[in-house]
Amino acid sequence: MITTTHGEMDEALLEKREGKVDNENEHTTWVEYWLDGELIHRSAHITLKKPVCAFGEAAKLGE
Amino acid sequence: MANTQAFCTQAKADLMNGLHAFGTSVIRAATTKDAYKAALYLTTATRGAGDTVYSVTGEVSGTNYTAGGVAVTTATGPSTSGTTAFFTPSASIVYTNVTLATAFDAVLIYNDTSASKLALSVHTFGAQTITAGTLTLTMPTNDATNGLIRIA
Repeated sequence: MITTTHGEMDEALLEKREGKVDNENEHTTWVEYWLDGELIHRSAHITLKKPVCAFGEAAKLGE
Repeated sequence: MANTQAFCTQAKADLMNGLHAFGTSVIRAATTKDAYKAALYLTTATRGAGDTVYSVTGEVSGTNYTAGGVAVTTATGPSTSGTTAFFTPSASIVYTNVTLATAFDAVLIYNDTSASKLALSVHTFGAQTITAGTLTLTMPTNDATNGLIRIA
């Protein structure tokens, strides 16, 4: 069963579409379920790849 | 053995733990860690390095999404490896059974314990919408190379 905008529905009754993107910033997959041309479910799973980084540096004195 | 100029590695982790205060600091109510939350922002928002606190401006809205977002799990504190300190939430950030019809592409992680909801970091990704579904943000590997927050 799939949660949809029309409530729980049997997956077998729906058209399933999937996609993914993989680049330096993320690996993302998504799944959509359509009923008679209407998008009634869409979920996404994003894996973040790029950290945010601060660079700490101690200055050399006397220069 | 010669002396070596350095930003001490442990101090980087200590900064993450709030143990240094070069400016006016705050009186902390307890020694417990702070709570963090993750809020989603529309592609039209302008979240970034200039953010100082959580803002509702440009935040997503929709079925089963509460303004302010969801809690971030921080079971594992900051670590160090080599000369890098790093921290990564210990579980995926999950928005369950939501409908977010307007495209969003960023998440702001902020300190929900601080009175002003201090901003921590902004992470972007390709634009998404969610329809009666679940958005899962899985964290990178918690190490010195990939950790979500790093001081190198």
